[in-house]
Amino acid sequence: MNMFVLNLVLAIIWVAVTGSASLHNLVFGFIVGAICVALVRYQVGGRGYYTRMRRIISLFLLFLYELMVSAWSVAKLVCSPRMELKPGIFRYELRLERDFEIVLLANMITLTPGTLSVDVSDDKKYLYIHALDCADPDGIRRGIADGFETKIREAFA
Amino acid sequence: MAYVVAILVSVLMLGGSAFALTAAIGILRLPDLYTRMHAASKAGTVGAGLIFLAVGIHSGDIPTFVRALAGILFFILTAPISAHLLARAAHEIGYPLYEKTVLDDLDSRDDKA
Repeated sequence: MNMFVLNLVLAIIWVAVTGSASLHNLVFGFIVGAICVALVRYQVGGRGYYTRMRRIISLFLLFLYELMVSAWSVAKLVCSPRMELKPGIFRYELRLERDFEIVLLANMITLTPGTLSVDVSDDKKYLYIHALDCADPDGIRRGIADGFETKIREAFA
Repeated sequence: MAYVVAILVSVLMLGGSAFALTAAIGILRLPDLYTRMHAASKAGTVGAGLIFLAVGIHSGDIPTFVRALAGILFFILTAPISAHLLARAAHEIGYPLYEKTVLDDLDSRDDKA
């Protein structure tokens, strides 16, 4: 993660040198910093930085896509004359261990189709998830494990 | 160009309002608190997000646009947390689930306080 710190320091230096502390100047400085880090990456030895950045961006794009699908499916459900509901709370076994990864996964689950995280067990091993259609909890478990959980692990491993 | 922007802004605003409306309909029609939170968290977030985006684009300057993006980010960060807390608190005090609920693993957990 220290490549990120270096990138951030470069961005702050950029803001200081150009003398305008606005957010978009900071973002621009970050991009310029990223290019500089790219130039020296073999000397500093952080080859994984770009792969990681790409994975975080791909995680974010997947999330935005799932959010749109999710809002659309909720909209369709509440506007259909006969709502077919089979709700339920199921238990999901976590493979993630770090706190912020679990928080990220729980929040993403809440904003994706048909699922809402309700609670985490005290030993942080299980996540309790409420689903609008709980007829096939194993299918939902597989979907989360292969989708977000794997992507989060790849991005922050 | 101004025409294209105007159409984009109106599409975003109409879409956002439609999602906000479905979130409200969902809260009225869905049977219990847990299913209602689905509507409030998802459709509500997307509705507010689209309207934020419309405001940002309509303003035509970057600082306002960035603030609109910050608003969207804030929504995405806070909506799931409040949905999660409400659902958790409801379950903790024993608020009943909808009668057609098929499964409640949380009821039989072993680490229950």
